[in-house]
Amino acid sequence: MKHRSLLLAAALFAAGAGTSAQAETLKYAFQGTLNALDPYSLNETFTLSSLGNTYEGLTRRGADLAIEPALAESWEIVEPNRWRFHLRKGVKFHNGNDFTAEDVAFSVDRVRSEGSDLSTRVGADVKVEIVDDHTVDFVLTGPNPILNYEWDTFYMMDKDWTTENNAVKVTSASDTTPNYASLQANGTGPFKILSHEAGVKTVYEKNDGWWDEAKHNIDTVEFTPIGSDATRVAALLSGELDMVYPIPVQDIKRINDNAGTVALTGPELRTIFLGMDQMRDELLYSDVKGKNPFKDAKVRQAVYQAIDIEAIKKKVMRDLATPSAIMISPFLFSKGSEFERYPYDPEGAKKLLANAGYADGFSVGMDCPNDRYVNDEAICQAVASMLAKVGVKIDLNAQPKAKYFAKVLASGGFDTSFYLLGWTPGSLDSWNVLSNLMNCRDEAGKGSPFNLGGFCDAKIDSLTKEVLVEIDPDKRDGLIAEAYKISHDNAYYIPLHQQGLAWGVADNIDLVQRADNQFKFRFVTKN
Amino acid sequence: MIGFATRRLLQAMIVMLVVALLAFTMFRFVGDPVNQMVGIETSIEEREALRERLGLNDPIPVQFFRFVTQAAQFNFGTSYQFRQPVSDLFAKRIPATLELSFTSALFALVVGIPMGIYAGLNRESAVSKLFLSVSLIGISLPTFFIGILLIFLFSVTLQWLPSFGRGEVVPVGSWWTTGFLTVSGLKALILPSITLGLYQMTLIMRLIRAEMLEVIRTDYIKFARARGLPDRLVNFRHALKNTLVPVITITGLQLGAIIAFATITETVFQWPGMGLMFLQAVQNVDIPIMSAYLLLTAFLFVAINFIVDILYFFIDPRLRVGRP
Repeated sequence: MKHRSLLLAAALFAAGAGTSAQAETLKYAFQGTLNALDPYSLNETFTLSSLGNTYEGLTRRGADLAIEPALAESWEIVEPNRWRFHLRKGVKFHNGNDFTAEDVAFSVDRVRSEGSDLSTRVGADVKVEIVDDHTVDFVLTGPNPILNYEWDTFYMMDKDWTTENNAVKVTSASDTTPNYASLQANGTGPFKILSHEAGVKTVYEKNDGWWDEAKHNIDTVEFTPIGSDATRVAALLSGELDMVYPIPVQDIKRINDNAGTVALTGPELRTIFLGMDQMRDELLYSDVKGKNPFKDAKVRQAVYQAIDIEAIKKKVMRDLATPSAIMISPFLFSKGSEFERYPYDPEGAKKLLANAGYADGFSVGMDCPNDRYVNDEAICQAVASMLAKVGVKIDLNAQPKAKYFAKVLASGGFDTSFYLLGWTPGSLDSWNVLSNLMNCRDEAGKGSPFNLGGFCDAKIDSLTKEVLVEIDPDKRDGLIAEAYKISHDNAYYIPLHQQGLAWGVADNIDLVQRADNQFKFRFVTKN
Repeated sequence: MIGFATRRLLQAMIVMLVVALLAFTMFRFVGDPVNQMVGIETSIEEREALRERLGLNDPIPVQFFRFVTQAAQFNFGTSYQFRQPVSDLFAKRIPATLELSFTSALFALVVGIPMGIYAGLNRESAVSKLFLSVSLIGISLPTFFIGILLIFLFSVTLQWLPSFGRGEVVPVGSWWTTGFLTVSGLKALILPSITLGLYQMTLIMRLIRAEMLEVIRTDYIKFARARGLPDRLVNFRHALKNTLVPVITITGLQLGAIIAFATITETVFQWPGMGLMFLQAVQNVDIPIMSAYLLLTAFLFVAINFIVDILYFFIDPRLRVGRP
C-alpha cells in the first residue's frame, strides 16, 4: 500500500515536472511575406532575417550588431591576402549531416552562381582553398578589410542535401519548375522549418541539436504575414499574437495604453534622404529651361536649409526619427557624431536662391514612393510645403514602390529630377554607401548605380578606392569622413533622418530589437 | 440548339481573348517586376540578365502570343514572388475562397430572406424600419470599413472571435483543406462571412421586401385571403413562392460576384484565399499571378453567363426560333 502511494506520488511528480516545462509557442506577424526558402534567392532584410533562424553563416551578429563567431570559431589574416577560417567542430545540419569545409566551398560556389541575388557576398576573384575538414582559406587578389562584414547573412548550405535534391542551381525567378531548396530548408540554426506555405503560414520548431547553448525558451514559432496595418495591430491588441512588426507610428500610443502590450521603438539603420539630378544640363521636370539649377551648390544648400527637419520629426514621424547630417547611421560610423546639419534657415535659403539667380524661385517635379518607407509620402508633402515658402514650387508625384522604382532607377533611365530614397548599407559599413550612392556614374548606371542624381566628384571616387583597401581602421575612418565631408560641403545629398523601428510586443515576451530590423528567435523568452 | 451553343461559345472565347488583351496591356503599367524580385543592391547587369531570361525584352506581340498560348493550356508560369507554379498556388488557395464565399452566400440568404419577408408583411412596423436603416449601412459602408469595425468590436474589445486567418484547417482528400471541421476554423469564418455577405444580404432583403409588397397586392392573394386561408399559408405558400424566382436568379449571379470580389475582405482578415494572393501580387508586380487571377475571374463570369444562356434556351421557347 505504501509502495503504491509512493509510486503514485512519483508519477504525479513526473507529470508535474512535465507540465512545468510546457511548450512555448511564439506567434508573430510581419507586413510582408516570406517567399522562397532558398537563402540566395533574394537579398532583402525580412527574407534573410527569417532564414537566419534556420540557416547560419560563418559569422553572425549579436544584439548590438557586433560580429561574432558562428559556424567559424575563429579566423585570422595569415597573409595580407589570405584569410583563414577555423570551422566549428561537431556542427550538424538539421538532416544529421556534418558541417565541413566542403560545405563552405560549395556554398561559396553556389552564392556566386547565376541567379543568385547575393553574388556580391564573395567577390568573383576570391579563391577558396580547403586546408582540412575544418579549415578554409580565402585567397584574395587585394586586401579587403570588410571581407566578412556581410557574411552573417551568407548562409551555409549542406552540399550533399542540395546535390541530392537537384537544387544546386539557385532558385531564380525565371525558373519554370520549383526548386527543392525554395520549398524546404536544411540549415544548422536554432530552429527547423516544420512547414512553409508561402504567403500563408510558416511554422518553425526548436532544433534540439543546435551547437550553441539556447538562451531562448521557445519550442514552436508560428509566422503569419498580415498585410493590413489595422488587422496586424488588432491581432496584437486582442492577444492572438505575441509580436507584430512594423506598427504604424500613429498606433504606438494605443498599443502602449492597452494592458498587456507595449510598443518597442528604436533607431533603425536606414537613412532617408533627398537627391537631386545634377547630371543633365536641363532638368526633366522643371520650368527652368536651358540650365539645371541643381548643378549650383547654392541651390542645393538652399533646398537643404529650407527644410525644417525638427518639424518633420515631430509632426510627420511623431518623434520616431533621428535627424541625420550624414548618409549613414552614426551608429555605424565612429566619426558620425562629428557632422552637423546645416541649420534650418528659410531666410538664408531665399538669399542663396537669389544669389544663384533664382530670386523668384522655380518649379521642379519630385518623385516619392508611398508604400516603401515610414510615412514616405507625408515626408514629401511636408518638404513640398516647406520649399514653397522659399519659392521652390514642388510638383509631387507619389506612387507605389513598384512604379516609383521602375521610374527612378537605372531600368527607367533615372527618370527623375528630385527624389526621396532610403538606404541601409547591407555590410553595415560606409564603403557600401560610398560605392553605391556617391561615386560617378554614366548614363547606363555604370559606377554608382544608385547615385540617381548622377553627381560626380573625382575626389570621392578616389577616396572610395582607398577606403576599399585600407586595413588600418583609424586611417580608414579618416578617409571615409573626408568623403562624407565633401558630400556635406557640396550638399550633394540632403540627408533627412534615420527612421525609427516600431514593433508591437506582448508584455510577457522578452526580445532583442536589433537596429537592422532583423528579428531573431534565439533572443526571445516567453514568460 | 447546337448552332446556338456554338455561337455562344464563340462569343465567350472572344470575351476571354479581350480580357486577356486587357490584362496583358494593364501589366505594362503596373511597374517593373524585376525591381520587386531582387534586392536593392543587385547590380544593373544582373537585373538586365534577369529581364532577358524572363522574356521581358521580347517584342510585345511575341510576349502576348506566348501569354495566350500558355494560358490556353492552363500554364500560367511561375510566380515571381514565390518561385512556385501559379496553378499550384491557386489550387492551394481556392478552398479558402470557396468556403468563405459559400458561407457568405448562406449567411446572406438565411438572414436576408426572413428579414425581407418580415419587412414586406409589416411595412409600417418599427422593426421593419430598423431593418431598412441597417440595410442602408450594409449598402453604403465600404467593405474594409465594416471589416475593421467588426474586428475592433469582436476581436479587440470582446475578444470573442479571431481577427485574422482561417484558424485550424483539416485536409480533405488530396488537395482540399477545410475550416468547417474545427472550432477555430468555424469561429474564424464568422466575421469575414458577415463582412463579405452583408451587401448581398441587404440586396436580398430589399428585393424580397419589394417583391412581397408587389405580390401581396395581386388578385390571387386577395382571393386566397377571401377563401379564409390562414395567414401563414397565404404568406409563405402563395406569396413567398412567387417572390423567389428573381431572388434565385440574383443569388446565382451574386455568387460569382462574391467569389470574384472577396479580395477586400480577404485582405482585411488576412484570409488566405485567391483574392488576398491577387492583391499581394499587385503590390509586388507578380504578373503571372495577376494574369491568372483575371483570366480565372473572367472565365467564371463567362461560364455562368453561358450556363444561364443555355438554361434560358430551355425555359424560353422564343429563343429557339429564327434568331440570327
